[in-house]
Amino acid sequence: MLSLTSRRDQLYALFIWTVALLVAAVPLMMLWDLLYQGVPQISLDFLLNDPLDAGRQGGVRSLLISTAWILGICLAVTLPLGLGCALYLNEFVLPGSRSAHWLGLSLDILSGVPSIIFGLFGYTLFAVYLGMGFSILSGGLSLACMVLPLFIRTAEQALRACPISYRQAAVALNISHQGFIRHILLPSASDGIAVAIILSTGRALAETAVLIFTAGYVTRLPDSMWDSGRSLSVHIYDLAMNVPGGMDNASATAIVLVALIIVINSSVLFLIKRWKNKIQKT
Amino acid sequence: MKILDLGFKLDRNEIVRESPDIKACSNQQIYPPALTLKNVTVSYGQKIAIENASLSASAGAITVLVGPSGCGKSSLLASINRLTDTFTNCNVKGDIHIGLKSVLDPDSNLYQLRRRVGMVFQQPNPFPLSIEENISFPLREHGERDGKIIRQKIISALQSVGLWDEVKDRLNTSALKLSGGQQQRLCIARCIALEPDVILFDEPCSALDPISASKVEALIKSFKGRYTIIMVTHNLAQARRIADHVAMCWVQEDCGCIIESGDAKSVLEHSIHPVTQAFCQGLQG
Repeated sequence: MLSLTSRRDQLYALFIWTVALLVAAVPLMMLWDLLYQGVPQISLDFLLNDPLDAGRQGGVRSLLISTAWILGICLAVTLPLGLGCALYLNEFVLPGSRSAHWLGLSLDILSGVPSIIFGLFGYTLFAVYLGMGFSILSGGLSLACMVLPLFIRTAEQALRACPISYRQAAVALNISHQGFIRHILLPSASDGIAVAIILSTGRALAETAVLIFTAGYVTRLPDSMWDSGRSLSVHIYDLAMNVPGGMDNASATAIVLVALIIVINSSVLFLIKRWKNKIQKT
Repeated sequence: MKILDLGFKLDRNEIVRESPDIKACSNQQIYPPALTLKNVTVSYGQKIAIENASLSASAGAITVLVGPSGCGKSSLLASINRLTDTFTNCNVKGDIHIGLKSVLDPDSNLYQLRRRVGMVFQQPNPFPLSIEENISFPLREHGERDGKIIRQKIISALQSVGLWDEVKDRLNTSALKLSGGQQQRLCIARCIALEPDVILFDEPCSALDPISASKVEALIKSFKGRYTIIMVTHNLAQARRIADHVAMCWVQEDCGCIIESGDAKSVLEHSIHPVTQAFCQGLQG
């Protein structure tokens, strides 16, 4: 016969398993719903053709290219600025100093600002004031403003996790600060920086509100970054909310978006691993 | 090798060491410089870690700082290569001289100081680089660009610490894959590759298993005469085995101090201070 303690342990384990299964069930149900509605629409033609009939027909080629442009601009701005700011907070400012406090506070406030506000800000600054209009460039830059706080905070945590023993050894060996940052700190924090890139990419790809205000709405293939373009997430929103009979193609587009996120995340992890190996051998 | 005890000969040596040509020609006759600490006080804000510590470490000898935790041994050690400069709110007063050069002089060259004074920590702390890179990276940072010389120094340093035969076939693997004892010997190799005069050991064996600890201990002992060594340890038996000189540290009135110092035998076996006697007999500490 089981003792009272064993029964309690079993009940506790049952509770934990139930909670874990419930949490796992949500994304599984979501994925099932997407696959059920979207898979019949997916084909090579769907990937290689532009949308027709407000998206009910045709494919997602122009949207994929617009999305890639927007994401490329967003990451091209976010990575150097964000990494620089994270390094500044971690390496050049004393913890608890006034500048660290104010910069950290402003980043935390920005992280909590609704994306629609970034959309309005991007529209005012990039589209109107700087004259970029509704363009992929406006959209990418506005997205960069939105994901920068998230990227900086995550990268900062990764840099902070670098063992103090590496720093001590570097000081005792009189390794230069830039040598320490380049050869020791960044490679040791690279996994965390990869997480920062993945989180930022995910947030940028999922965003609609910012892009409706800045990148525009047109479904045609963009000629350059000065052209207006529609991202995959905006297309999903439009098909689901504004286009009667567009739900099946919205699900198919969502599958493409999820696949794109998986491909990008895997590529980031692969590239970071290669970079880490390379930097440690130079 | 005869151990020099400061004074005139040491000053001459210090002058001789300034010329790399002479050093290269007469390598056998050059001794590492001695180290003197006079009334050194290390404090963190209002809290004094160690007060008025004076110590004379003979050139090429092993000087061991013994004492309980919290008596400021490690702080005193860290002040010798001015690692204390990087500690928050840390202040060091007094005089520290390596040969003729003042360590605490604000104008002293930190780059040269830390090249001359190597340090090995309690926990092995190799960089997350390959075994080879752990030695070549600091060398390159210190201006060595010739790949052949770097290669020679890597081999020489690894041979000096008895690690060459164990790792020669896997120099490109991560140093973090080595055992704790091997990592610590790699850290020592990394340190001696820079050709220091003085090496500071901060409890180098306390995080290791007994076999690894005995290897590191034997290694430190083998350095006698080549480097001036200052070592911190809690282990009295270890101090008995390897020390030429011992400084006994203790906590008095909430701050650390050196209560007795001298040659190892006189301090550990014929100590005058009652606290040292009790500590050596295992009655205290």
